[in-house]
Amino acid sequence: MSGALIAGWLRLAASRIATERAYLTELDAAIGDGDHGINLGRGFGALDARLAVGDVAIDAPGPLLLLAGRAITGTVGGASGALYGRALLRAGAALEGLPGGSVATSAQLASVLRAAVDGLAALGRSRPGEKTMLDALVPAVTALEAAGAAGLDLASAICRAADAAEAGADDTFPLLATKGRASYLGERSIGHLDPGAVSSALLLRALADVASGAA
Amino acid sequence: MVALVLVGHSRELLRGLRAMLAQAAPSVVVGLAGGTDGGALGTSAPMILDAIREVLAEAPDGAVVLLDLGSAALALEMALDDLSPADRARVRVSRGALVEGAVRAAVEAAGGGPLSAVLAASETLPGLDKLPDDWPANGTAPG
Repeated sequence: MSGALIAGWLRLAASRIATERAYLTELDAAIGDGDHGINLGRGFGALDARLAVGDVAIDAPGPLLLLAGRAITGTVGGASGALYGRALLRAGAALEGLPGGSVATSAQLASVLRAAVDGLAALGRSRPGEKTMLDALVPAVTALEAAGAAGLDLASAICRAADAAEAGADDTFPLLATKGRASYLGERSIGHLDPGAVSSALLLRALADVASGAA
Repeated sequence: MVALVLVGHSRELLRGLRAMLAQAAPSVVVGLAGGTDGGALGTSAPMILDAIREVLAEAPDGAVVLLDLGSAALALEMALDDLSPADRARVRVSRGALVEGAVRAAVEAAGGGPLSAVLAASETLPGLDKLPDDWPANGTAPG
């Protein structure tokens, strides 16, 4: 997994977040404070602008993820900025610990995503089932680990992870929120998709599409 | 002298609070980390980290951090992750109300109180005595 692929992922993610900005914000307006799409759009948009200018070194994936993590924590603003920032920073650190500083197998990618999601979960003091990003991310890690164990190629494995994340995001609809702003609504949080789970699935689908050359 | 760092979603809000502190305790160093790097409403872990480092460089006795709500605690936790252990040992994070806690902490710091005393002053829950006793408990005005 090259730095150029990671850069391509971040840029595709920014473009899709921009497209889905109103939808993400609408989801958040129903159960949160209505700024998820706006915040992510601002942060990923700023990162995309830096990547477009080309003043960011993209030859190594680990340092690029670390740079992206710092940028996202500084510009998104809400809890999602800290959480995604933490995940990107942990992913970057995990990548740098791999042989050659890069991912070569789906099992290695699973270990990187596991480190990222564990870091995010620890910062959010959350676990799956609480109507959060983790309801998309944890099934994705599990799917990626299974794909890694089965020896699937990287692109197919990431596609399975994105499928699992989308299913997990859909499954947040009936859940009762017990974390974050949505928990203030209590039972009224039931019957809505979690915006963080939806954006998490979007990020993984973008990675799958870049890895498979579909985007 | 102990310094303060104010962390919040709005740069304007924190600037206003710092002006209040400058009046109550002009000798106290007060760092700000308000809004995102682009000036939007929100919090920024890198900005918080910079503010804490700058303040610690000027205040050998350490700093108490006060914060507003929501993502501020998450961003602050990320900033503290990147602080050296030596710097981190000189930082305390307050559970107090931002405005009242900061004013009380600044007065305590100006009086030469140590880090533990400034932290305690910031956490005295002043929200409980914001209004005189003759105000009704249901939020309506007296009389």
